[in-house]
Amino acid sequence: MRTYLSHIRSIIFTLAILTAMAAMPVLAQQLGPDGAPNPTASVVPEHKLLQQSPRIEGRIDIPSERARVLMQPAGRQWDHFHEITLHWLGATVIVGMIAALAAAYLIIGRLRISNGRSGRKVLRFSSFERFSHWLTAASFVVLGLTGLNITFGKIVLLPIIGPEAFSSMSEAAKYVHNYVSAAFVIGLALIVALWIKDNLPRNVDIDWVKQGGGFIRSKHAPSGRFNAGEKLVFWFALGAGAAVIISGCLLIFPFYVTDIAGMQIAQVVHAVIAVLFIAVIIAHIYIGTLGMEGAFEAMATGEVDLNWAKEHHDLWLEEQLAKERLAARSGQSSAVPAE
Amino acid sequence: MARVKFLCDADRCIECNACVTACKNEHEVPWGINRRRVVTINDGKPGERSVSMACMHCTDAPCAAVCPVSCFYTTADGVVLHSKDLCIGCGYCFYACPFGAPQYPKVGNFGSRGKMDKCTYCAGGPEDDSSPAEYAKYGANRLAEGKLPICAEMCSTKSLLAGDGAIIAEIYKERVMKRGYGSGAWGWTTAYHEGIAV
Ligand code: SF4
Ligand code: SF4
Repeated sequence: MRTYLSHIRSIIFTLAILTAMAAMPVLAQQLGPDGAPNPTASVVPEHKLLQQSPRIEGRIDIPSERARVLMQPAGRQWDHFHEITLHWLGATVIVGMIAALAAAYLIIGRLRISNGRSGRKVLRFSSFERFSHWLTAASFVVLGLTGLNITFGKIVLLPIIGPEAFSSMSEAAKYVHNYVSAAFVIGLALIVALWIKDNLPRNVDIDWVKQGGGFIRSKHAPSGRFNAGEKLVFWFALGAGAAVIISGCLLIFPFYVTDIAGMQIAQVVHAVIAVLFIAVIIAHIYIGTLGMEGAFEAMATGEVDLNWAKEHHDLWLEEQLAKERLAARSGQSSAVPAE
Repeated sequence: MARVKFLCDADRCIECNACVTACKNEHEVPWGINRRRVVTINDGKPGERSVSMACMHCTDAPCAAVCPVSCFYTTADGVVLHSKDLCIGCGYCFYACPFGAPQYPKVGNFGSRGKMDKCTYCAGGPEDDSSPAEYAKYGANRLAEGKLPICAEMCSTKSLLAGDGAIIAEIYKERVMKRGYGSGAWGWTTAYHEGIAV
């Protein structure tokens, strides 16, 4: 028993010596050339820390996660995105789209109803559908303008109206942007719920594209309630809308679920998607008003001309007319009891 | 004119937080706002260092660049100041600042951050020097009185240095030569696009 214990003891002793020997070089490193302890031997310098992670964080007594971050050089990159990339991207995409549409108007012109108006109206959008559309549309315009002000206001407006007026206006715009966002969320949710069924891709969409999407006069592009172009706008609005809503929530409740890097990414996503969204919606507005005769009334009064419907949404029109006939027949049968 | 800077010699900082307290007292900084803070890296481990950090008054200040209402200005000494009258409390300067310097009096939900507050290098704001209006918004204007920032002035180990960038860099270099080590001027490369070569 005794020998057994002494065996263990000597093993532990040998292990301890070995560990000490292994630690020797480390110890040596912590001593300066004169044998005095080198206090910086184990200090990791700033550039090494920044190689390991994009931020230098430590411990702090202030009860805030943000305050723990000593340094985040990425702030300069975000500055570059915000001041250079975003300005160029936004200006190019939005001005480019307006220029493209102006060119389209000059070259193709307004798309007329080929056979002229029939005078007969068909209901295209119910009042609730129009309400959902205009709720989304109005809030989008407000959000778009107040959002653009944050990025471009200081270049475009500030020199004209002066710093005081521009600041008061921008502060109001900031609150408007934050609160009107709720209306946009509701509007988009309604639109999606109402129209997702009619926007599911169908075989006829391929034909529509093959026939030139209604832009080639000699060809007829078949379509259901929504054509492939409208479907693209719908799905884009759904995707981009979801992206701006999620990133917007992160920005409106800062640092709740993300850290500084998360906030920067949220802002980048919000801004990039928003300028693309604005460009697409400018095109949507153009086609719905200037670009095509007979389109705007669908969202204004809800009714479109029969010939317009025949030209642009033939399959949908057939369905509607069939429904009307059915309703008329059943109306007749209930009015005139069976013999 | 001199280009003034801050330098924290991390090998001297003893994490006493006196700079933080002195700043709060000098400017009567409201509850919840810390213009200066001390962060400890590798706490409790070998190589632990504390760094006192506030606004570094950057060259090409990112906060000033991103501000949507352009409310920042740089003084002839290189101090980055802003106007609380123009600030809309958007919080963008905090996203851009590499040093977490901008502070806000409110939580921030639904854009309610309030006017941004940060270290002024004890140089006040756009109001008349040492006027009550300036004091209420930005705190004391020591620079106008010919004094340096209070945090560095009362630092007991002289870890935190403020003043002409060339002179404090020289002092730091000398220290490093004498004692034979130095973990560097923290944040200088990011703030001023240059470190201190020893
Ligand atoms: S440290 Fe931050 S707040 Fe100070 S000048 Fe630099 S970016 Fe601006
Ligand atoms: S919080 Fe104020 S100072 Fe900072 S970027 Fe926004 S408006 Fe400018």
